[in-house]
Amino acid sequence: MLLLGLDTATPAVTVALHDGGQPLAQLVTVDAHRHAELLAPAVARVIADAGVSRYDLTGIVAGVGPGPYTGLRVGLVTARVLGAALGIPVYGLCTLDAIAADVDAGGGDFLVATDARRRELYWARYDAAGRRTVGPEVARPADIPVAGLPSAGEGPMLYPGLFPGGLGPAFPAAATLCRVAAAALESGDPDKLLLAPEPLYLRRPDAREPGAPKRVSQ
Amino acid sequence: MTDRPLVLGIETSCDETGVGIVRGRELLADEVASSMDQHARFGGVVPEVASRAHLEAMVPVLEGAFAKAGVKPDDIDAVAVTAGPGLAGALMVGVAAAKAYAYALGKPLYGVNHLAAHVAVDQLEHGPLPASCVALLVSGGHSSLLLVPDVTGDVSSLGSTIDDAAGEAYDKVARVLGLPFPGGPPVDKAAREGRADAIRFPRAKLHDGTLDFSFAGLKTAVARWVEARKDAGEPVPVADVAASFQEAVADVLTRKAVTACREHGVTDLVIGGGVAANSRLRALAAARCESAGIRLRVPRPGLCTDNGAMVAALGAEIVARGRPPSTLALPADSSLPITEVLVP
Ligand SMILES: [Zn+2]
Repeated sequence: MLLLGLDTATPAVTVALHDGGQPLAQLVTVDAHRHAELLAPAVARVIADAGVSRYDLTGIVAGVGPGPYTGLRVGLVTARVLGAALGIPVYGLCTLDAIAADVDAGGGDFLVATDARRRELYWARYDAAGRRTVGPEVARPADIPVAGLPSAGEGPMLYPGLFPGGLGPAFPAAATLCRVAAAALESGDPDKLLLAPEPLYLRRPDAREPGAPKRVSQ
Repeated sequence: MTDRPLVLGIETSCDETGVGIVRGRELLADEVASSMDQHARFGGVVPEVASRAHLEAMVPVLEGAFAKAGVKPDDIDAVAVTAGPGLAGALMVGVAAAKAYAYALGKPLYGVNHLAAHVAVDQLEHGPLPASCVALLVSGGHSSLLLVPDVTGDVSSLGSTIDDAAGEAYDKVARVLGLPFPGGPPVDKAAREGRADAIRFPRAKLHDGTLDFSFAGLKTAVARWVEARKDAGEPVPVADVAASFQEAVADVLTRKAVTACREHGVTDLVIGGGVAANSRLRALAAARCESAGIRLRVPRPGLCTDNGAMVAALGAEIVARGRPPSTLALPADSSLPITEVLVP
């Protein structure tokens, strides 16, 4: 197994190569506005660093968000086109789940919240076993039922007053996406655990239907 | 490198997901998926709607283009993509796709200028461009006059709209007349039944000594005229308004294009962009070019609107000239200047 993992649903552009047992190479750059420039060189770089060929890849796993749209799409179109060109499957994983997979909440429920811009957050709730029980949803920070739970993701850092007890990590790790995907593939039923590489936008596009033309004469 | 390179072109600067494949100046495939139907009820292209549609259409359109061309992805010599100008989020989908494709296949990547591609596409229909030409590009997004000594690397702006693009004026006039979006085809159709000299609408900037355009005043003049009729309780002569409006647009565009050719001693005019499909613009341009001794080149309508073939056509010309490719760090630039034909 040789998996390429990538996620662009947060300010981090994270890419990793994984053999199913361990990561072979990974690269993270945090820059919310340059996903389109950073991602392809990062993919080329981790594959070169691992000393493998792109033709040896057996699958791709991409974070499907939720996340700010433009960056999210850069990751998903990259994953889809690479998969089509190389003739390998492309899987999706909820970005919040990837963050949750790296959380050590000490045996209780916890939240993951990431920046949705426009003063909103994407969020989900997880149980002690790390299973998502609520969400993903998009909401104003004050409307999220935090209920005193510990939380991970960039959300608690952006709104520290609302979230007690922030846990790491702030961003998803591509190596974790690979690890989760590898386990799902080995379980023999990956479709139950993995998603299609379809974006989770959670919001409709901003657009209003126009009314009657406005008068131009006095 | 061969002088007839096999090049894939990807275009996503507005609402069309286009993938074209050319061999030199020969068109092999030109697949387009448009999200226009999804924008119609908003009366204009909604950038986020366009970007979402590009993501969904990209792989199917790519595969469709290869099936149509009858070539294998491994056979291509290069991948070209529109790097700008255009809608930022829409451009990024195409640029990311082109990088992934080029990297997966191990082929060079060329990020090119959308406006130069509108000029280069004419080579697929009318053969090599002359040593120097003037290009008039008119669409919902652009209204430009360009001087093109070399479409692969030497293009400069002679003039452009100072407010609305010509295509935007069509959309707004269509709305005032109760015609559907996009406004170009229905206004053109209505105009055929009307008299072009029925109403004298203003020709802004016609004698201002520049090669710039302005269509905002014309659009407002049409709206005001229609309102006055309605206020007076009289019916609106839709065909006459459409024909008179269209005449004003075509008059200004063609006069300035011919003036640009004269001022720069150029004898070839290329017209491109969606508005180049307009029947009155084509007819008036043909008549004025003929009397001015200018050769007119207008590609067929399918090549005038945004498409992947135009990007592939420009890419093929750039590859044949041996220009260095772009890097995988190629940015999408929504306001890419026309002087940058190829982005490093
Ligand atoms: Zn265009």
